[in-house]
Amino acid sequence: MKFGIVVFPGSNCDRDVAYVTQDLLNCPTRMVWHEETDISDLDVVVLPGGFSYGDYLRCGAIAQFSPIMSHVIAHAKQGKFVLGICNGFQVLTETGLLPGALVRNRDLHFICDRVPLKIERTDIPWTSAYATGEMITLPVAHGEGRYYAHTDTLKALEDGNQIVFRYANSSGEIDETSNPNGSVNNIAGICDRTGKILGMMPHPERASDPLLGSVDGIKLFHGLLAFMNQQRLQPV
Amino acid sequence: MNRQYKARIYVTLRPSVLDPAGVAVESGIGQLGIANVKQVRIGKYIELMLTAADENQASEQLDRICDQLLANPVIENYQFDLDEVQVQLGVST
Repeated sequence: MKFGIVVFPGSNCDRDVAYVTQDLLNCPTRMVWHEETDISDLDVVVLPGGFSYGDYLRCGAIAQFSPIMSHVIAHAKQGKFVLGICNGFQVLTETGLLPGALVRNRDLHFICDRVPLKIERTDIPWTSAYATGEMITLPVAHGEGRYYAHTDTLKALEDGNQIVFRYANSSGEIDETSNPNGSVNNIAGICDRTGKILGMMPHPERASDPLLGSVDGIKLFHGLLAFMNQQRLQPV
Repeated sequence: MNRQYKARIYVTLRPSVLDPAGVAVESGIGQLGIANVKQVRIGKYIELMLTAADENQASEQLDRICDQLLANPVIENYQFDLDEVQVQLGVST
């Protein structure tokens, strides 16, 4: 199970992810510079948080044309795993690997906080270590994290059960008061139809080491590893 | 012969997308004591020069640039003006 973490000019959560996958989980991990063109050795590509290309034009807009991205798209089309966190989620929507867009927060504030999230589905590898409806708390840090999609896209997402995380209050209620940035339907993270491409605004890598006060995020990686191990044990 | 054009590109949020920056500016205008301004929307203005065989070719290229990079069609609309500029001794006017 080898991880590759794409480093764009301006990525700044890349090493945080590597600390989790390499140091905490003992998985082979390499940093992938955005000009690289061979990622055939990777099982999982992570697009980390940060400010790729200074967030100029729109968050993630310029990163979508980095040389690496056509290979990330090919990796995804082969049915391999892709995780986009924060700026990585923005890049995934800009490339079209995930639908919708991330726009300016409703109240214009840059939000740096810990927010409660509800796990909406656990039948995909990423969230298989959580319980359905489980409440977790993850850090968020973004100025443009308001998920937006057209009504028909939103309906397709809801009908296809592609909402993975929603902002909720600590009792699990999903309403406007528990929505930090104004995202439609309180969406904090979505996946593609196969469940292998995951995009999320909250930062699981910042809640993976007990030293940082929370380990709610590491179960995301545990779920994925358990799935891969199970795959390996299945008779061919 | 290649002609040179100056493009003025306007990228605006689609009407269905909430523009919190526009709302904030609207309230700022109110605080200025002006009460008759509504529906402030903030967009982007981009200028660029390009050479092309003719205006059609320039327009086609600009459409591609706008649609794939300068604007995100999920949330934004765009329009542009195109003016041919005279080139003299390598200096454009």
